[in-house]
Amino acid sequence: MSADTKQNTITIDGQEIPFLAGQTIMDAALAAGVYIPHLCHRQGLTPHGSCKLCVVDADNRSVSACTMPAVAGQRISNNTPALNEVRKTITQMLFIEGNHICPSCEKCGDCTLQAMAYHLGMLDGHFPQFFQRRKVDASHPTIMLDRDRCILCELCVRASREVDGKNVFAIAGRGINAHLIVNSASGKLVDSDLETSDMAAHICPVGAILIKEHGYEVPIGQRTFDLHQVSEIGLEKTILTKARQPDE
Amino acid sequence: MSKIRIATTSLAGCFGCHMSFLDMDERLVALLEHVEFNRSPFTDIKHCGPCDIGLIEGGVCNADNVHVLREFRDNCKILIAVGACAINGGVPAMRNHFSLRECLEEAYVNGVGVENPQIPNDVELPLLLDKVHPIHDVVRVDYYLPGCPPSADEFLKILGDLLAGKEPSLPNNLLHYD
Repeated sequence: MSADTKQNTITIDGQEIPFLAGQTIMDAALAAGVYIPHLCHRQGLTPHGSCKLCVVDADNRSVSACTMPAVAGQRISNNTPALNEVRKTITQMLFIEGNHICPSCEKCGDCTLQAMAYHLGMLDGHFPQFFQRRKVDASHPTIMLDRDRCILCELCVRASREVDGKNVFAIAGRGINAHLIVNSASGKLVDSDLETSDMAAHICPVGAILIKEHGYEVPIGQRTFDLHQVSEIGLEKTILTKARQPDE
Repeated sequence: MSKIRIATTSLAGCFGCHMSFLDMDERLVALLEHVEFNRSPFTDIKHCGPCDIGLIEGGVCNADNVHVLREFRDNCKILIAVGACAINGGVPAMRNHFSLRECLEEAYVNGVGVENPQIPNDVELPLLLDKVHPIHDVVRVDYYLPGCPPSADEFLKILGDLLAGKEPSLPNNLLHYD
């Protein structure tokens, strides 16, 4: 191998992967069809680094693949039992912190968090449940906000700010009190510019932002993750299209 | 060979997990060649004797649930949390959004069509706990069988593994929380 090609590759689990200058480990991996588990990352939006599911070992340091730039010659471990165990623990923490009662959730079967838990073989929450009391915002005529299920991934915050140009959402509060707020004077969704056609209204990977009167429309067996694995590359497009046109 | 003894109970459950257990249909006949039931809604045995496996459906919502759960833990070598309720409180845990007083007043005092409104207080009745809890908040749990309810295939898989002396595991296609 020439020195030139070697400068532009990283190694993930022994597989050599090319990258362009400026790409993160996640960008390079996804472009090469290598799955690194993630919840808060979405191609086209600024990386966030909150979910920590994409933790990988790069040259024996734990880093977030979504924010860490790819550097020529980097040797990365990704799909290892130890890392997947860490990821399972993180997923369990997300489940016990919120009120994730899948049997009564409209997003069940279409939820990336749930699919991630399946992918990692999660059988229980392991930790004591927080049972937090969080506010529902049903003020908007067509969109509702159930904070019980919010994982603070900020996908809606970023989609609204960077794609829709409306800046509807933000995260407020510190530590365990951090929660999703609406940037309107009243703090209510109804007083924001959010519309059903906005990316921010559809991008939620869990059941926190829901389009009203569109629950339970897809038969069991035909929901996104009945048909797909969360580890399929490029699934985001399928999910987003399906969220916009649930009948198709 | 003596049969494996299984005890089952429903705490703050809906009996759906038990129904799902029975969904194994004629496969129950083959299973019963290897297992016998101790205390269970399927039998008339009032208290749990020494058992190999205890299957617990439902979360813990009142004082009686705590006593029953401890009896099962004391007598069962292997205790399995069956279904969403036993694992994380499930749908009944949605009452944790409200105070116990609010719940009782809504049902027995302010509810539609309530006559002679009063919160039941006979000593025969087990007191409700402040919150609904998963069973692992009260006792140690050996295995978890997710689902609301878990399918008959899941029951067969986990029992099959245990009968064969193997560590139970669920293949990905049987894993679901709904």
